[in-house]
Amino acid sequence: MAFVDSEVVDGTQAVQDALSVKIVVAGGFGVGKTTFVGAVSEIEPLRTEALMTEASTSVDDLSMLPDKTTTTVAMDFGRITLAGDLVLYLFGTPGQNRFWFMWDDITRGAIGAVVLVDSRRLAECFGAVDYMERRGLPFLVALNAFDGIQYHGVDEVRDALRLSPEVPFVVTDARDRESVKQVLVRLVEHAMAIVRGG
Amino acid sequence: MTPPEGARVRPYLATRGRTRPVQETALEALVSATKSGRAHTIDAVPERERILRICLSPRSVAEVAALVRVPIGVARVLVADLETEGLVHVADPHVAYAGRVAPARDLNVLERVRDGLRRL
Repeated sequence: MAFVDSEVVDGTQAVQDALSVKIVVAGGFGVGKTTFVGAVSEIEPLRTEALMTEASTSVDDLSMLPDKTTTTVAMDFGRITLAGDLVLYLFGTPGQNRFWFMWDDITRGAIGAVVLVDSRRLAECFGAVDYMERRGLPFLVALNAFDGIQYHGVDEVRDALRLSPEVPFVVTDARDRESVKQVLVRLVEHAMAIVRGG
Repeated sequence: MTPPEGARVRPYLATRGRTRPVQETALEALVSATKSGRAHTIDAVPERERILRICLSPRSVAEVAALVRVPIGVARVLVADLETEGLVHVADPHVAYAGRVAPARDLNVLERVRDGLRRL
């Protein structure tokens, strides 16, 4: 669906703004976050970068270039236009968990997060689960089962992650649009249940 | 608010009196060219020209950064400057909903998102 071309007027007169919301896709390096985003995004996932030293660099100087002490943190994201006035963005967290400053930016105001898990490397997702719990962000854990291969039983994985009982745990195939859609719907329903529950 | 000190102060200086710190513009805030922005087809800064061109339809700050190929922090400053000059309009959900239930916690919004996802 295309955007209703906005008749944006000059100045600050009231216009019917489109609303943008976001969902975070978190998880360890190589777990399939960008594949997950790409399965439902209407655009090829885009990559944007933040500079680790940004806060201490003159950001008003466009000639600023990354130097050898600057770390580039990349994140991939996609877009889904849900209605003429409603856009959903899916933001993947940077692959390396240590860039927490970027996570704060990505999760601020988000509907919730999908924490993707690879059953062969469970420990990779611990950081993301801890982060979402600390932030109080609604989240679910989605076991990405490539080719239906599961190295552990679903219940075993859930137990190993020590998730609270109220955290939904689902199995998905990040390459499959329908599967990814269902995971996102489940997350939104979870977020709604939390709002209703106060 | 943390007292501005050392490394934290520069991004605030770059806001030139804007009412909110530029680094707080949401990644998903939608940027669209205003009438003046549409007419402003030539600019000394090529990145600004590109932003005005791609924002003929609304794009998020994150998309602006990715498409113009600048780091997110630079995109925020460029967008904020264009907004100050009246060349773009920025629909930032955090600002629009300030003092009200955030859209991510608004059941009407969540229902619309859920139904929209189901219809995909």
